[in-house]
Amino acid sequence: MSTHADYRLSQLDELEAESIHIFREVAAEFEKPVLMFSGGKDSIVMLRLAEKAFYPAKIPFPVMQVDTGFDFPEVLSTRDSWVDRLGVRMIVASVDDAIKNGVVIDDGKTSRNRLQIGTLLNTIEEHGFTAAFGGGRRDEEKARAKERVYSHRDEFGQWDPKNQRPELWSLYNGRIAEGEHMRIFPLSNWTELDIWHYIGREQILIPGIYYSHQREVFERDGMLLSAGDHATLRAGETVEERTVRFRTVGDMTLTGCVESTATTVGEIIEEIAVARVTERGATRGDDRFSEAAMEDRKKEGYF
Amino acid sequence: MDLLRFATAGSVDDGKSTLIGRLLLDSKSIFEDQLEAVERTSEDKGFDYTDLALLTDGLRSEREQGITIDVAYRYFATPNRKFIIADTPGHVQYTRNMVTGASTADLGLVLVDARTGLTEQSRRHAVLLSLLKVPHLVLAVNKMDLVGYDEEVYNKINEEFRTFATKLTIPDLTIIPISALKGDNVVTRSENMSWYEGTSLLHHLENVHVASDRDLIDARFPVQYVIRPKSDDFHDFRGYAGQVAGGVLKPGDDVLVLPSGLTSKVASIELFETSLQEAFPPMSVTVRLEDDLDVSRGDMICRPQNAPTPSQDIDAMVSWMVPEPLRAGRKLSIKHTTRLCRTVVKDVQYRLDVNTLHRDQEAGELGLNEIGRVKLRTTQPLLCDPYEKNRTTGSFILIDEATGVTVGAGMIN
Repeated sequence: MSTHADYRLSQLDELEAESIHIFREVAAEFEKPVLMFSGGKDSIVMLRLAEKAFYPAKIPFPVMQVDTGFDFPEVLSTRDSWVDRLGVRMIVASVDDAIKNGVVIDDGKTSRNRLQIGTLLNTIEEHGFTAAFGGGRRDEEKARAKERVYSHRDEFGQWDPKNQRPELWSLYNGRIAEGEHMRIFPLSNWTELDIWHYIGREQILIPGIYYSHQREVFERDGMLLSAGDHATLRAGETVEERTVRFRTVGDMTLTGCVESTATTVGEIIEEIAVARVTERGATRGDDRFSEAAMEDRKKEGYF
Repeated sequence: MDLLRFATAGSVDDGKSTLIGRLLLDSKSIFEDQLEAVERTSEDKGFDYTDLALLTDGLRSEREQGITIDVAYRYFATPNRKFIIADTPGHVQYTRNMVTGASTADLGLVLVDARTGLTEQSRRHAVLLSLLKVPHLVLAVNKMDLVGYDEEVYNKINEEFRTFATKLTIPDLTIIPISALKGDNVVTRSENMSWYEGTSLLHHLENVHVASDRDLIDARFPVQYVIRPKSDDFHDFRGYAGQVAGGVLKPGDDVLVLPSGLTSKVASIELFETSLQEAFPPMSVTVRLEDDLDVSRGDMICRPQNAPTPSQDIDAMVSWMVPEPLRAGRKLSIKHTTRLCRTVVKDVQYRLDVNTLHRDQEAGELGLNEIGRVKLRTTQPLLCDPYEKNRTTGSFILIDEATGVTVGAGMIN
């Protein structure tokens, strides 16, 4: 970095500085933090920021993935290469195992995304984690816009939006009682575009499915879903090959893709800059159940 | 591109949500699916217009009651700047949220209704923004369309506010007549108010100069975390990680570490794999010193001739945020920069009436949403500056030891 004549950071540098501050604050004040890591673009940016925050020391906490059993193989392999490179400890909380052990109940109607909640909370409790980093951004969803950087969860893992601690200056209050934990959102002030600018600037490795590729898909409720063993076609639905990419990644059964020819970060930025639909609105089936779907899931303990 | 954080304030019906909706809509930061959801809900509720407030009132209970109950953060960008809006509720019982939103703001935006003019609320908001040393203030005189875009109405409010503002510390005040609903002077200059010679609100937000607002003279580096890799490659590495709170640090600088009083020189300043020539606020960096000193979290690195005086006696303005009153004798936790310790309230000197600026010295306590001057004694010395000099080293929060709740915000005198 050269000399800044006007002593003003670019907005991306300012966001980075704020996120690094949050990572260090949590590592200093909490006994057992963990980084929730899905392998998607936001959590990869999180891992990068954590890497920077503690360099040249290793990241001083493990990462945890909640494996829905329906994760994209490309995402899992990118996850593994990041974990290997950084030498962090990886904890996989499996929804399949949670079903097998009776921690959550698969009634065939509940989405895997929802079954993640019980699985996640159980794993947090099992390991005694007192702080769990999440890659949530306030620009994603209106309930998230209300969330604090340090989001208090009670002993049941619940969020109480009406009773949040005020957050002043950059003075975060990490006080929790026995059995409670804090969710930490270092990317709160980042937007989808910021994430992409950062991925471009830092040349960060992300799963290939974010870039345009040919894929077997079918249309359901106005979304393009990935065809394959995980998907049971309904009457009238047909599989066809299209040129697509993903804006978010999650459970394959619920995460839609968008038609796109963007093969580079630059082209993706151009595409998002003129996009008229949010990433979740375009591609996340789980937010469509009701107007407050995200808020309700968060109250139960979703991240 | 740089970043501007601003906090909005205004009474319940002054059109704050409409203005934010308008800024988001006109800067193309609202997406079709969000707008459709709001249109659908407005229709379901039987409104005959699209209620843009539904865009910002994200929680169930807010939509039920039709009010904003908590600070929400919104984002939009123009080609010149990215903006973070702290959208703070106007209700008097949520003063603490106003304080929360304003604590990080570069600019405060207060709305008044042109028909009613200044209210107790608008005065209170201006006082709070002034107390929190928000460097720039914009008074937006809204609903000009409902007073026939009358210059006289605007002039009267303008004059009244400027007179009131002389009692406050507002380094930069701008007053703009607008109509959030019709879009007058919001993004573009309005033809309906040709008598107004200033810029549109968005133009002002894009161009207001905030680079000089931070203290670049007094070097302050609160140590947040000590980095010791204990790996073969970095066997002897010892770095002090933190976010620069003031001044400019450079390799070779003589430094003083507080509270130990030990001195050394800056060996290097690092950010990940890069060595930096200098570091200034709000950069998060790792500082290495030439000597192996005992430095830990909570300590402060500064320059030998320019250092805060460590003190256990703190004199501050406190904004109190819970119903159980703050009284002398109460014990609390205090967090100041990276230092967390305990404190006892020695005295509540006065309660400030934020409407009249009257100082009530008989009060003896601060209730919910009240602000007053308080004397504290801490278990460890704090390395602090006056808040008006440095918003980072001059601020603290108070935490209830039993509940863990943040109960107060303090600004050191």
